Amino acid sequence: MPSPSCTTERDLVFRARGVTKVYDMGEVQVHALRGVDLDLFAGELVVLLGPSGSGKSTLLNILGGLDTASEGEVSYHDRILTSASERELTEYRRVHVGFVFQFYNLIPSLTARENVAIVTEIAPDPMTPEESLELVGLGDRMDHFPAQLSGGQQQRVAIARAIAKRPAVLLCDEPTGALDSTTGILVLEALERVNRELGTTTAIITHNADIAAMADRVVRLVDGRIAETTTNTHKKAPQELHW
Amino acid sequence: MMRRMKAIDKKIFRNLWEMKGQALAIALVIASGIATFVMSLSTLDSLQTTRASFYSDYRFGDGFASLKRAPNRIASQVEAIDGIDTVETRVAAFVNLEIVGYERPVTAKLLSVPEGAPAQLNKLYLRIGSLPDPAREDQVAVSEAFADAHRFVPGDTLFAMINGRRKELTIVGIVLSPEFVYQIAPGSMIPDFAAYGILWMGEAALSKAYDLSGAFNDLSFTLVPRAASADIIDRVDTILEPYGGQGAYLREDQLSHRFLSEEFRQLRQMSIMFPMMFLGVAAFLLNVVISRLIQMQREQIAALKAFGYSNLAVGLHYLKLVLVIVLLGVIGGTLLGMEFGQAMSNMYMRFYKFPYLDYVLRPIVVLGAILISSVAAVLGNVYAVRQAASLPPAEAMRPAPPANYRVSIVERLGLRRFLTQPTRMVIRHIERTPVKSGLTVLGIAFGCAILILGLFFNDAMAVLVDVQFFQTQREDVSVTLVEPTSYRAAHELRSLPGVGRVEVYRTVPSRLRFQQREYRVAIQGIEAGGDLLRLLDDDLNPVPIPEDGIVLTDHLAKILGCRPGDSVTVEVLDGHRPVLTVPVARVIKQFVGVTATMDLNALSRLLGQGSAVTGAYLSVDANAEAETLSALQARPRVAGTAALRSQMQNFLSTVGNQMLTFAFFNTLLAVSIAFGVVYNSARISLSEQSRELASLRVLGLTRGEISYILLAELGILTLIAIPVGWLIGLGLCAFVATGMQTDLFRIPFVVSSFTFTFAAVVILVSAVVSGVVVRRKLDDLDLIEALKTPE
Repeated sequence: MPSPSCTTERDLVFRARGVTKVYDMGEVQVHALRGVDLDLFAGELVVLLGPSGSGKSTLLNILGGLDTASEGEVSYHDRILTSASERELTEYRRVHVGFVFQFYNLIPSLTARENVAIVTEIAPDPMTPEESLELVGLGDRMDHFPAQLSGGQQQRVAIARAIAKRPAVLLCDEPTGALDSTTGILVLEALERVNRELGTTTAIITHNADIAAMADRVVRLVDGRIAETTTNTHKKAPQELHW
Repeated sequence: MMRRMKAIDKKIFRNLWEMKGQALAIALVIASGIATFVMSLSTLDSLQTTRASFYSDYRFGDGFASLKRAPNRIASQVEAIDGIDTVETRVAAFVNLEIVGYERPVTAKLLSVPEGAPAQLNKLYLRIGSLPDPAREDQVAVSEAFADAHRFVPGDTLFAMINGRRKELTIVGIVLSPEFVYQIAPGSMIPDFAAYGILWMGEAALSKAYDLSGAFNDLSFTLVPRAASADIIDRVDTILEPYGGQGAYLREDQLSHRFLSEEFRQLRQMSIMFPMMFLGVAAFLLNVVISRLIQMQREQIAALKAFGYSNLAVGLHYLKLVLVIVLLGVIGGTLLGMEFGQAMSNMYMRFYKFPYLDYVLRPIVVLGAILISSVAAVLGNVYAVRQAASLPPAEAMRPAPPANYRVSIVERLGLRRFLTQPTRMVIRHIERTPVKSGLTVLGIAFGCAILILGLFFNDAMAVLVDVQFFQTQREDVSVTLVEPTSYRAAHELRSLPGVGRVEVYRTVPSRLRFQQREYRVAIQGIEAGGDLLRLLDDDLNPVPIPEDGIVLTDHLAKILGCRPGDSVTVEVLDGHRPVLTVPVARVIKQFVGVTATMDLNALSRLLGQGSAVTGAYLSVDANAEAETLSALQARPRVAGTAALRSQMQNFLSTVGNQMLTFAFFNTLLAVSIAFGVVYNSARISLSEQSRELASLRVLGLTRGEISYILLAELGILTLIAIPVGWLIGLGLCAFVATGMQTDLFRIPFVVSSFTFTFAAVVILVSAVVSGVVVRRKLDDLDLIEALKTPE
């Protein structure tokens, strides 16, 4: 069982047991996950590392309530996600989870501030859009539309949008995948800062092994299974990374 | 051996299958347009073909003349006129009929069938039974319309007042004649198959009954090709004048033919205007929908180009896709149009008495339909593909940069803080693509407009009936006298049971001329201060009959091209046939028929005769109507009576019915067009915004919340479209009302609030139904897919 020393005293946020995901593609069955056990603890920053097709996105989607497991159980605190209804999952995403995606998924018709506001308006205890944009270093770009922002800036707006509701967990799927390394590092800095200052449990999916150095814990997935879990005794700051 | 289908062509069918809902909706719009087109043109073609073959097979005359009495040898003088081919003489008379079990007054035209040789002209088509025995004076054949109205079968009998003697006649046959395809009584505007019939009797028997042995009082003739018809009419008139000739006339002035021609003309106008509008709208929609569809395939287009397909090949690929949809629509529309067309033609057959119907669908009609819709599709296609193909493949395959948005005008007006983020999204989205939003509005508006056009006929008909039968003709019963009678007849009529007001009139058959234009019409002299027949000005207010001069209906004034103050030449076609000059005193509004009216005294003064009358309008106590009618019938000098209420019913059941059937089919098609537009708009918005909406779902917005973003836009566009549609609809109605002006009737330009409401409700319901369908699609939104793929 993975139980790294630095998190032993912390609360268990996610608990996944025997998670299997099979996609029925007509006549072919694709096994994306083949029995995954994983625990995520409050406040830790975990990097899920693996080549494409290893099942990391599927795992993240199941944790985020975007997809359902074929077999196994996933719980978030006391809540069993694997048996939750569509309505419950929507509520779960709305209150507890922040998402950051490879392609940002900003609403082009809303300004940076409004892209954040569309989430804070429906969250129970959000920070203001201004606060969260300050936190990712975009205090001076609040009234810009996505088309007026660079890729890195757009991704930081997406992070601000994800954290503004003060989620318990932040799930990031290849957040730097569409960015060059300099910009990517700026984005990782923002994620690291959120994790540090707000204590948000953060899971980052990447195929870029260099990013793993900034994690508390690194989970390697191969072929739908967890191949290895390592704990970083010495975390690197994002500025120290390069690829 | 069949060649294997290319991969790119398979893609067409796959794509079609993926967008089957939308493809069907587009095909539905095209089918509706094509159906109207095919229905209208095939109906018109069928009626015209049928008429032409009936006329030629049964040798319908080219010219006709009535007279008092002429010896048979005169016929050969007429036949000798250069340009006349065949002449046939006969005996004709108007008679009052009595039918057991039928209360209302019935009149008939009694015609002779030649004996010995079979008829040369205006031959009879025998439906059942036989033609009357030439020698028997108690046998008749009757027209089919009349027989149907009374359910006569051979062997039935009826009574006729023949030359003052009551005779029992036995029906031996039921026939149709090219002369009476449109069976309408002279002077009447609307056919009444029960109240007016045509009877044929052997010539010997009929001429004996009317003391016309060895003589005739009616003739028809045919012309050789390219004969100088006007000269011939003048020469026939010269020959017949000494024998009481009442003016020969050509086929174009023959009653049945003229009405038929007018109706065909009207049908042709409808057949061209309606489908053009429908197809125009369908083509427009097709264009909009196709171009948006292709814009959404930008990535696939880029991929195809990356593989080495040329812009032309890509364009052709999408063109094929579009043409498959068009073809579906054309096939569906043609089949539907043929169904409707046959239904329409059969409906017309109830009023036009042809022995058979040749249903014709000319290939050119179908080709035209294919051409129009294909051109529309191709135009939409070319533009969209060119736009999509203009990007270098690599650029098109990269995630598109976020679209440029800005703060909307509404927000800049200071309303921003009142709007939620979703509402801001909706407004900015509409504003960012004004052309696209505008086209959607226009598309929905067109759906609304053609609904208004379809219903407009109801409204017009209601006003027409009200104006004609409640404001203009207000009598209960009208009476025609056998011959001009002194004014004293009025007193006699007034003494009948149940009769209230009596207003006498006189009609004089005439030809009006102004400059080079002329029109045959009976001038009606009416009493000043009358209330049963009223003249209405442009605003439909009653105006008194001027003491002098002639009053023309607006339509007649337009035909003649004259205005009040001009003088028209009146050629009287009766008696001494004087030619007079009369000033036009006034032009009045009338939607039904063509009339020329004068003050009765002024007319008598003009003719230089005493105050003779030829008929009267009566107001009758409703409870005593049956009694009054039978008292009238007993009067030997009464040639015919007509009850207004049955006239009105007739109008509604003939002319009204035809128009309403047409309008009903059109409304049906309009509804489907409206739905097709709204549904397509909703579906396209959904595809365009699905990624954004999925992202929002991921962020925790509920289905209801994202539905709002999508459906509010559709809602706003629909609400804008409705008033725009009303305006376009009004324009179309005005266009139709101006275009459909015939001698029979003119369409008043009135659109009721019901029509506006109904059109709006249909559009709203279409929007709601489309909304519900799209809302259900939102439930299937693939959240994960939206996150993986760039735009």
